[in-house]
Amino acid sequence: MPSGATALQQLRRSLAIARKDIRIYYSKGPVVIFGLLFPVFLFLSFLIGRHLTVDFMMPGLLGMILFFTATAISPIVVPWETMGRTLERLMSCPVANGTIILGDILASFIFGLGISLVPIIITLALGVAISSPAFLALAIILGAFCFACLGNLFSIPPTNLPATANMIASVVKFPLVFISGIFIPLDELPSWGQAIAYVSPLTYFTDVARHCIAGQGHIPVAIDLLALLAFSAIFLTLDITLHNRTMPRRI
Amino acid sequence: MPDVESNSNLAIEVNDLTKRYGQIVAVDHISFAVKRGELFGFLGPNGAGKTTTIRMLTGVIGLDDGIASILGYKAGSLKAKQVTGVLPEMANAYPDLSGWNNLMFTAELYGVAVRKAREKGTELLQAVGLFSRKDDLVSAYSKGMKQRLILCMALISEPQMLFLDEPTSGLDVQSARLINDMLRSLNANGKTIFLTTHDMDEANQLCQRVAIINQGKIVAMDAPEKLRLTTSGMHSLEVSFSEPVSPEALAKLPGVNAVKTLGDKYRLYTAEPGELVASLVKYSASNGLKMVSLNTLAPTLEDAFVTLTEREGK
Repeated sequence: MPSGATALQQLRRSLAIARKDIRIYYSKGPVVIFGLLFPVFLFLSFLIGRHLTVDFMMPGLLGMILFFTATAISPIVVPWETMGRTLERLMSCPVANGTIILGDILASFIFGLGISLVPIIITLALGVAISSPAFLALAIILGAFCFACLGNLFSIPPTNLPATANMIASVVKFPLVFISGIFIPLDELPSWGQAIAYVSPLTYFTDVARHCIAGQGHIPVAIDLLALLAFSAIFLTLDITLHNRTMPRRI
Repeated sequence: MPDVESNSNLAIEVNDLTKRYGQIVAVDHISFAVKRGELFGFLGPNGAGKTTTIRMLTGVIGLDDGIASILGYKAGSLKAKQVTGVLPEMANAYPDLSGWNNLMFTAELYGVAVRKAREKGTELLQAVGLFSRKDDLVSAYSKGMKQRLILCMALISEPQMLFLDEPTSGLDVQSARLINDMLRSLNANGKTIFLTTHDMDEANQLCQRVAIINQGKIVAMDAPEKLRLTTSGMHSLEVSFSEPVSPEALAKLPGVNAVKTLGDKYRLYTAEPGELVASLVKYSASNGLKMVSLNTLAPTLEDAFVTLTEREGK
């Protein structure tokens, strides 16, 4: 069990790893454009021709963008570092494997937070009022962290091929988008559809965003936020435990 | 505060260290100790277990059996890593960061204060001749420049102990010489260095002691000079004649253990070089040959290495 001073020291080193990740992997034009444009176009392709209100659409768009940006790079950082032969050096430094993983998660979290400002600005520009900005901010923080932890789970298999991790991520991410109440409100889903929706963290984020933007949601806000917190805790624990097992096998 | 009991004069203590990959025993119950301030060489053919050993000692992979400590701390613990600098085999700096940013990032991981990191970083880059290129991306560096930078990254925290896995492998002569000179100077200033290398000449010139590992087991450990001399029957004579001769005929001369053809020369291995010189003179006279050159050679560390690893391999 690390002491408080050691934990703080390791947290500082996680932040250094996050800054390195942002410099190397995130601050590239194509990554930012892909993180924004891909979910926007996917969203539009499902909504064009349907008569939905802007205040229904914007929480969904916000959810999509946050989900795709926070999970865009986190699955491939560790395979990338393995392939580039930078992981061994990193692992020989005085940082725990969990510190490395937390750093990668924090980079995705910060990237997701930053990009989420774009749909927020669009929402405001379209004249849609945000009724509960504080809850929305809290939801974005929890959602970005939760999705970043989820993205990192996809890189647990000890592959050094980013494409393999991306493939695993796509197999999970796309179905989640369709069952999370983004395109079809939870109220309109059959009971079995709702049961599936509840296993997706994106459902809770979309629902709380609808509360805060459209003023209506399906699940109480407190439950949404607690669910995001619980998913974050589960994903983070799995990330650290499982990466700890597979990381030495990458070398 | 050290977390394992240890002899304070020792930098590395290893007992029964073992690593298995499935059925393969990559490192097989090896034990050795390295004194503080020593430059210790770890030699062995490819796949002998050198890199696996260094990875266990630096905490990159876990060990299956045995114990190992670094400066009194359990190998692989954060405390052990904090006092250690590592240059892994085939390691890379981040190609999308500048040399300077790679160095400062490593300093952050070791908790070096910013001002101290800048001073030390400047000093190190100047020492390896990279200061003028510090702001260039590492992707624009040559292999030699990258390796010099990674050595600086290993030294930025001023560690008491250095682990270097094949630091000069594949480098140009200038970079290899610069790194070796730096290692000598670091060791002269009291730094303990654990070095793996394929280059016997390098090991002979740099290391105070070497261990030879083969098939996961240590087959010899001593000072290079002693190791060289303990290899019996490894003296040799290098001879060339005015006309080609049959190596088989040379092998039949009394006292010859083995014959190797090296271009227009023959190397004859023997335990009795003096007697073999007399035999060669008699052989050339009786066959109407003229000796063009004759040199006696003492066994080299490479000879010792080949003999020991081949002996164990049989």
